[in-house]
Amino acid sequence: MTAGTIAPYRSPEKPAKDRFSQLMHAEWTKFRTVRGWLIAMFLAVVLIDMVGLLVVRPNVQCGGACLPNVPTGPGGEAVNDSFYFVRQPLAGNGSITVRVTSLTGQTSQTGGNFGPGQQQGGLTPGLVPWAKAGIIIAASTRQGSPYAAMMVTGSHGVRMQYDFTQDIAGLPGAVSAASPRWLRLVRSGDTITGYDSADGTRWATVGSASLAGLPGTVQWGMLATSPLTFKSNFATYAESGGSVSPTLATGVLDHVSLRGGQPGGQWTGVEVGAGGAGYSGHAVGFRQAHGQFTITGSGDIGPVIGGGSNTEYDTSTVALHLLGVLLGLVVMVVIAAMFITLEYRRGLIRTTLAASPRRGRLLAAKALVIGLVTFVFGTAAVAVAVIVGIWVSRDGGQYVLPLSPLTGLRVIAGTGAMLALASVLALSIGAVVRRSVAAVAAVVVAILMPYILGVTGVLPASASEWILRVSPAAGFAIEQSAPQYHQVIGQYAPPDYFPLPPFAGLAVLCGYVAVALGLASWLLHRRDA
Amino acid sequence: MSQALTIARHRLPHSAAPAWESFGDALRAEWTKMRTMPGTAWILAGICALTVAVSAGTDAATKCTIGGACAADTTRLTLTGIEVGQALVAVLAVLAITGEYSTGMIRTTFAAMPRRSVVLAAKASVLTCLVLPAAVVAVAGSLAAGWLILPGNGFTAVRGFALVSLAHGPTVRAAVGSVLYLALIGLLSLAIATMVRDSAVATGSVLGLLYVAPIASLLLAGQPVWQRRVQRYAPVNSGLTIEDTTGLRHLPIGPWGGLGVLAIWAAASLLTAALALRLRDA
Repeated sequence: MTAGTIAPYRSPEKPAKDRFSQLMHAEWTKFRTVRGWLIAMFLAVVLIDMVGLLVVRPNVQCGGACLPNVPTGPGGEAVNDSFYFVRQPLAGNGSITVRVTSLTGQTSQTGGNFGPGQQQGGLTPGLVPWAKAGIIIAASTRQGSPYAAMMVTGSHGVRMQYDFTQDIAGLPGAVSAASPRWLRLVRSGDTITGYDSADGTRWATVGSASLAGLPGTVQWGMLATSPLTFKSNFATYAESGGSVSPTLATGVLDHVSLRGGQPGGQWTGVEVGAGGAGYSGHAVGFRQAHGQFTITGSGDIGPVIGGGSNTEYDTSTVALHLLGVLLGLVVMVVIAAMFITLEYRRGLIRTTLAASPRRGRLLAAKALVIGLVTFVFGTAAVAVAVIVGIWVSRDGGQYVLPLSPLTGLRVIAGTGAMLALASVLALSIGAVVRRSVAAVAAVVVAILMPYILGVTGVLPASASEWILRVSPAAGFAIEQSAPQYHQVIGQYAPPDYFPLPPFAGLAVLCGYVAVALGLASWLLHRRDA
Repeated sequence: MSQALTIARHRLPHSAAPAWESFGDALRAEWTKMRTMPGTAWILAGICALTVAVSAGTDAATKCTIGGACAADTTRLTLTGIEVGQALVAVLAVLAITGEYSTGMIRTTFAAMPRRSVVLAAKASVLTCLVLPAAVVAVAGSLAAGWLILPGNGFTAVRGFALVSLAHGPTVRAAVGSVLYLALIGLLSLAIATMVRDSAVATGSVLGLLYVAPIASLLLAGQPVWQRRVQRYAPVNSGLTIEDTTGLRHLPIGPWGGLGVLAIWAAASLLTAALALRLRDA
C-alpha cells in the first residue's frame, strides 16, 4: 500500500475572497431579517415626526390666523427694525458728522409687552446695555431695508452696525458731556465707511460696509432706539421663562454737519416700525433747538433670536420640531445595543467570528451597517419633521425663524448623523460590556440626560452649559439653526441654542464614539468571545 | 393499582401551604438571587456615589453673586443628583426581572414557585429593601454636600436662603420624599420591565419615561389645561415635586400629592405586571 502518496482532499471550489463588502452584506442581512428591529426603526421615524409636528402651539387667541409679520433683513434673517429716525433724503454721495453728548434711558418696571398706544406706568431711569443713539444711512424707511449706522451704546462704547447682523467695536467707554463722541458716516456708492473720534479732529476708521443694491437716493440722519430688556425668572435656571419689558433711550446730538445732499434740507421725524418691540406714540419723538437734537426712541435694529425674548412675538427656531428626536434616539440606541449584545446572549458571536476571524473588520462592518441604517431612517424622519413642521407652524400661527437652505440641510443631515453616532456609540459600548442594560443605560444617560436637564431647567444654567460642552450631549448642537449674537441680549438656551458651535458639538460626540470604538475593538481582540 | 393511587395522593408539602408561608420562601429565594447577581453591589454603590457626586458638582457650579437673582430653592438644588441616581435604580430594577428572562431562569423560578404574583411581590420587596438604604445614603450625602458647599457660594441665611439642614422642616420632607421617590421609581421600573421582558427594550422604555416624559409639558405649552393635567398626573413630573421647598403655591400639585401620584402609577403598573405574568407564558 502506498499510503504516503495519497494527496489530502482539497475542495475544487476556489476559496472565497474575504471582502469587506461581503461582511457588510452579512451584517445587513442579520439586521434586515429581525422583523422587530425594522419595525422599531419605523417606530422611531413615527415618533420623531409625530412629536415634531404635534409640538406646534396653535395660537388660540386668533385661531391660527395671525402669523406675525416679522420683517426680514437683506440676508433673509428675521429682524427687529424699530427706531426713531430724524432724517432727510440724500441723493448720491455724502458724509454726515455729529457729536453725541448724552445717552440716557428709562425702563418699564411692570414687565410684559405693550402694544401701540398703550400708556405705561412705572418708568424708572435706567439705560440698557444695547440702547443706541447715533447716525444712520438707510436704503429707505421700510423695515428690513439695508443700512449702516454709527452709534453710541449704553455700555458697549461706540459701535458700527450694518445690515442687522454685523457689529464692529469703536471707541470704548460711556458718553457724557465731558467726554463726548464724534461719529461720521461717509457714503461713496454702495460703500459706507464709519469713523469715530473723541475730539472731532483726530478720526479713526471703525469699519466699512458694502451694502449691495443701495439706491441712488437714500435716507440719512440720526436715530435713537432701545431694545426690550429680558429678565429671567431665575437667573440660574435656563428656560425658567422670564419677562420682557420695553425701554426708552434718549440721545442728545449736536454739531450736525452734512456734506453732499440738498443744502438746507428739513429734518423730519419718523417712527420706523412703530410699536414694534417697544414704545410708540407720545413716548418717542425729537426736539430741535439751537442746533441740538434730543431724540427719544424705543425698539431695536438687529436680528430676532429664537425663544421670543427680544421681540414681542412668540418666535422659535426649527429645533422646536426636533423634540421628537429624543424619543427616536432612545429607540435607535436600544436597537443598536441589541445588534451586538444579542449575538453574545444567543452565542451567535462565535459563529460570526468563526466565519470572519478578523475581529476589527467585523466591528467596523457592524458599526457601518447600524450607522448607515440609523442615518438613513433618522435623516428621512428629521427632513419630514423640519420641512412639514415649518409649514404646520406657519399654518398654526407660530413664527419659526427663517433658515437658509444650507442651514436647513445641515440641521437635517446633521441630526441624522447625530442619531447614527449615538447608535454606533451604543454598539461600541454594547461590545465592551456585552450587556444590553448597561449599554442602553450608559448611552441614554450620557446623551439624553444632560440635554433634558438643560431643557427642562433642572440644572442651573452654568452647570447645564458646562455639561452640554463636555458630555456626548454636545452633539445636539447640530440642531441649532439660528446664530447667537453678542450684540443681542436674550435667552440663549436649549433647545434653540447650545454653548458649542454646531460642528464642534458634533465633533465632541465623534470623539466619544472614536474612543468607544477603539476600546471595543481592543477588547474584542483581547477577550474570548 | 393500589400503589399508583398512593402515589397520586402523595402531594408536595408546599403546594398546600398558604400564600404567606410561600411568600417567606419566595423572599429568601429572591434575596439570594439579587445578592448573588454580579452587578448588584456595584449598582448600589453607584447610586450613592453618582447621586452625591452630581449633587456636589451642581452645588459647586452654582454661585449666587450679590445683586444677582438666584435660584431660591437650595434644597432642590442640592438634590439634583437624584436625577442621575434614578437611572441606576431603574437599571437595578430592570436587571432584577429581565435577567431571568434572558437566561431562561424564569422557567425554573415559576416551576419552583407557581404563584407568579407572589414571586413578583417578593422581587418588589427585595428590590425596595436594597434601594432604600442606598437612597438614604445618597440623599444624606447630597444634603451634606449642600450644607457644606452652598453657604460658601452665597446661599446664606443672612440673604434669606433656607440653609440645607435637618432643622429646616421642608428640607426634611424633601429628603424623606426623595428616598421614597427612588424606591417608587424602582417599583415602577420593575413593573414595566416585567411587562416588556427584554432587557434592552425595558431599559429604553424606563429611561425614556424618566427623561423624555418631562418634555411632554413643553409640548403642550399651547394647551394650558392639558399642560397642567400632564404636570399633575404624569408619573415622573409629579413625583419630583417632593423636592420643592419654595414657591409651593405655584406648583401644579402639592409635594406629597405629587409623590402620591407616582405611588399610584407604581401600584397600578405592578398590578398590571402581575396580571401579565399570570396571563402569559413565561
